[in-house]
Amino acid sequence: MKSSRFDATVLTLGFAFLYIPIIILVIYSFNASKLVTVWGGFSLQWYRTMWSNQGLMDAAWITARVGVISATIGTVLGTLAALSLVRFTRFPGRMLFSGMIYAPLVMPEVITGLSMLLLFVAVGIDRGFWTVIIAHTTFTMCYVAIVVQSRLLTFDRSLEEAALDLGCPPVKTFFKITLPLIFPAVIAGWMLAFTLSLDDLVIASFTTGPGATTLPIKIYSQVRLGVTPEINAICTILIGLVTIGVIITSISTKQAEMRRIRDEHVAARGTT
Amino acid sequence: MASVSETHPANKPSPARWLVVAVPYLWLLLFFVAPFLIIFKISLSETAIAMPPYTPLFDGFGAIGDFVSELDFDNYLFLTDDPLYIEAYLSSLRIAVISTFLLLLIGYPMALAMARAPTMLRPTLVMLVILPFWTSFLIRVYAWIGILKPDGLLTLLFQSVGLFGADDQVQIFRTDYAVFIGIVYSYLPFMVLPLYSALEKMDNTLLEAASDLGCPPWKAFWKITFPLSLPGVIAGSMICFIPITGEFVIPDLLGGADTLMIGKTLWTEFFGNRDWPLASAVAVILLIMLVVPIMIFQNQQKKVA
Repeated sequence: MKSSRFDATVLTLGFAFLYIPIIILVIYSFNASKLVTVWGGFSLQWYRTMWSNQGLMDAAWITARVGVISATIGTVLGTLAALSLVRFTRFPGRMLFSGMIYAPLVMPEVITGLSMLLLFVAVGIDRGFWTVIIAHTTFTMCYVAIVVQSRLLTFDRSLEEAALDLGCPPVKTFFKITLPLIFPAVIAGWMLAFTLSLDDLVIASFTTGPGATTLPIKIYSQVRLGVTPEINAICTILIGLVTIGVIITSISTKQAEMRRIRDEHVAARGTT
Repeated sequence: MASVSETHPANKPSPARWLVVAVPYLWLLLFFVAPFLIIFKISLSETAIAMPPYTPLFDGFGAIGDFVSELDFDNYLFLTDDPLYIEAYLSSLRIAVISTFLLLLIGYPMALAMARAPTMLRPTLVMLVILPFWTSFLIRVYAWIGILKPDGLLTLLFQSVGLFGADDQVQIFRTDYAVFIGIVYSYLPFMVLPLYSALEKMDNTLLEAASDLGCPPWKAFWKITFPLSLPGVIAGSMICFIPITGEFVIPDLLGGADTLMIGKTLWTEFFGNRDWPLASAVAVILLIMLVVPIMIFQNQQKKVA
């Protein structure tokens, strides 16, 4: 069993590498001392300074709104895109379409951001809140499409076909059968889109305008000036929110899955 | 299965069904493809001191002839003239290649260990890899500044264990080493997950057969495990290599003044020098460099789907 000891060591080191920097950051947000390396006792003072920093709070509010709106539009568009990819095997330009879904996933952000900005300038749209939303929607919808697509690929179509055979119109079948079945993936896609939007610095920097400074832009401009406990505090809050969100989604997804399996068992017993 | 769905009444074209394809299709054409055409066009125009700071190449579609005669390759000539740009491209490629290799070196044993872990544990391990990916990129890079700074936590640690004297400091921050650490740290989940999904699917009976026939484990790894995990290796490498080449945040926050990366150059041209056409030309060349890796990635994805 030499290899299992090797595996355990690798995983321990790997996860230590992934988590220690984040844990240190969180710990030092409660540091009373302003010096990052000196521990001056437990304190919540940086959370208070952060709270009274109007610029930071405004940016947080803008970021939250951009995130919710762009994630919602992106989820609708991404779900439609996933349906197109999985359910329509032939339509003109399908190659281009799947290319357009996969390319934004790996495209360097500086290219996406710059090209997006040049479009807005060429069309004559003033940059600001809505241009950031359009930009975020465009790249997050591709992530949603991938998440929903992987669910649709393992999807049992017999329920859908039964509904259609019984005369249920396609649109109604989608809302009554398909959507409830893929809903956990749609929610996971929304969460992913929201965190990606919350996280984005580069694309937002290119596409934003006066009065639409998002939180990453604000954090970035302060980080360039040096490490401050106040930034640690806001980062800790963001990490906390995301962690809670991920845990809630994964638990509710698991419950939905278990409910579905139970329902299927009941249904199977009913038919025999 | 495919034949059933294609002959099914539900798959006949209907207005609602066309809408499903058309809406995301048009959105991506308008906001993803059109911008690339514009960036290409502006990279061929002259810099002007105005808002927007470039001369319009053509207004209206009747002016194609004018357009061709006015094409201006000065920005590209400028890029090839100045060794700084060529160095920046080469240096980006070098950093991306080395970091992708480092990521494979660290990510592969992790993915392998996850795939060999008891089935019960695997979902938790996957979750632990994904979780850091959900926390902000910027925050994760920022966390390293506090560790790597000359008066940061790593220096403190080395001093307290007696490895360093009181005056010694870790000289990693603002060097290429810090950039490598930042990149490997930020991209590790992107490397581990595709590798894991390739390794997890592997048929263990092959390895058992090899060992029954007297093949030593390391040989079995190179003869069986590694070749079978190649799709994961390619997918993970491309998912990391392509964005790393254009990376901006990590070299900007952790790298030094002499860390040349093309994403940083593009940012400076755009935000610092306000030379939009030159920034566009930098972007077009970067894009051309990445066409082949992007196509490899696309093919890989299509095979998976």
